[in-house]
Amino acid sequence: MRKVLRLSRFNIASLTLGLAFLYLPILILIIYSFNASRLVTVWGGWSLRWYREFFNDRAMIEAAWMSLRVAVSSATIATLLGTLAAIALSRGERFRGRTLFSGMLYAPLVMPEVITGLSLLLLFVALNAERGFWTVTIAHTTLTMCFVAVVVQSRLGSLDRSLEEAAMDLGCDPVRAFLSVTLPLIAPAIVAGWMLAFTLSLDDLVIASFTTGPGSAPLPIRIYSEVRWGVKPEINAICTLVIALIALVIVMASLASKLSSSQGESAAPL
Amino acid sequence: MSARRIFARPARFAAIAPYVWMVLFFLVPFAFVLKISLSQTAIAQPPYEPVFDLMAGWEALKTAFAALSLDNFRLLASDDIYVFAYVRSLTVAVTATALLLLIGYPIAYGMARLPRRWQALAMVLVIVPFWTSFLIRIYAWINILQHDGLLNQILLALHLVSQPVVWLSTDSAMYVGIVYSYLPFMILPLYATLAKMEPALEEAASDLGAPPWQVFWLVTFPLSLPGVGAGVLLCFIPIVGEFVIPDLLAGSNSLMIGQTLWLEFFTNKDWPVASAAAIVLLVVLLVPLLLYERLQKRQLEQGR
Repeated sequence: MRKVLRLSRFNIASLTLGLAFLYLPILILIIYSFNASRLVTVWGGWSLRWYREFFNDRAMIEAAWMSLRVAVSSATIATLLGTLAAIALSRGERFRGRTLFSGMLYAPLVMPEVITGLSLLLLFVALNAERGFWTVTIAHTTLTMCFVAVVVQSRLGSLDRSLEEAAMDLGCDPVRAFLSVTLPLIAPAIVAGWMLAFTLSLDDLVIASFTTGPGSAPLPIRIYSEVRWGVKPEINAICTLVIALIALVIVMASLASKLSSSQGESAAPL
Repeated sequence: MSARRIFARPARFAAIAPYVWMVLFFLVPFAFVLKISLSQTAIAQPPYEPVFDLMAGWEALKTAFAALSLDNFRLLASDDIYVFAYVRSLTVAVTATALLLLIGYPIAYGMARLPRRWQALAMVLVIVPFWTSFLIRIYAWINILQHDGLLNQILLALHLVSQPVVWLSTDSAMYVGIVYSYLPFMILPLYATLAKMEPALEEAASDLGAPPWQVFWLVTFPLSLPGVGAGVLLCFIPIVGEFVIPDLLAGSNSLMIGQTLWLEFFTNKDWPVASAAAIVLLVVLLVPLLLYERLQKRQLEQGR
């Protein structure tokens, strides 16, 4: 057991201030979404007026629906591809072009989104592809599968390999051993990867702006074009709904990982 | 050992699908950026002259290569707007990263000193804002910083100012937005190294009579340098290409390179120049990117 250093007053103050800095703006936004008044300055009492306004705004609803569809499909494809990539990187040892492969997987994590978006748009234009749902989905998949690969790979790296080896000693072929031993163990990481991909896609503005067509725009693009013209209370309501959705996703993810870790603990003594 | 080798083969097959995907949608698009950066601008759809047509055969390809032009790159170097945009992007990124380090370090330090159980909670609390939409967080700041926003109301009510202060569309607003958005990226790597640090080292230093600031400066800080490096690079690289935060929070008098690229692309429709600017940006960022990779490799080796 390592000794814990005493918390100084300075430590407590910086922690409190830091967390306040991170959470206050979001809290203020949520409170103002229930403001009955049109003006941000005036508190007109609690009201759901701006939520009603949002649900009557067809363009916004359509944008939100498109965002959800893109997020679900791109997160699903990205989880599939990202998990495969993580398996190849952590279990494949050496294969031809491995360096290029891992380079391609890590580059989008740090590259400015403007460049990724621009290059994909040039590709779609060259292919003469009609831009819209599918091009945005492809673009988001490309970006988010890299995040999934990192999350799953770190879990695979910390896994005890002797479990797989034991399964194979008992007569499993590698694929079977993977499916019945490794896959359940890395399932929480895969779920977390999907959630991360989903929220990243839901949030993305820059790449979506480059890859979407004239007719269809995901929610962030709509919000962005509204926000540029100043604050509208309706946007507060939409933002609060998005925050609520993401909070739900986080709670589900933590429940999933808690469930699987408690299963792991109870299974261990057997 | 043999089991590992048996495993390696199907694992290699797992690479096929993501490999093909990344080549198609990551590598090939870059080839297009490079190609278009070397071509002429044209008023057409798409707004550039095709450099070469793969169907046209070898002869056409040869003449096309002879016609490749570096004009777009020359234009970039001679155009003040671009030079300023690159300089401004780097200045903003350096300033913001320094601010992030200054603000993030005490928070990470405080987290590392919490009792074990609380550390996990603190980490979740730092990560959660990163999950909530980035655009929404910037928008939340507009609510606060605008002319009749919350900040001015509070200042007026406290009689600290007699008239509303202009916060929005200033560089300070932009820095607040950048620091706010990137803070988790700075705190997490710092916390990771600080939490791993042996507390006995700090105790020994203070037992030997070092005052707290000396303990920090001579023991804690040097030992946390890997985390500092990772945090700095993790923030610096994306901030250089940042587009949305300066666009919404900063004034429009001087643009960063991300915004300039965007304008060139969507408003001026000069795709060849925009592509050339993107390539220059990538080359500028390649230095910190390679540094980052080396740092990660070294940390991995140390971890073993």
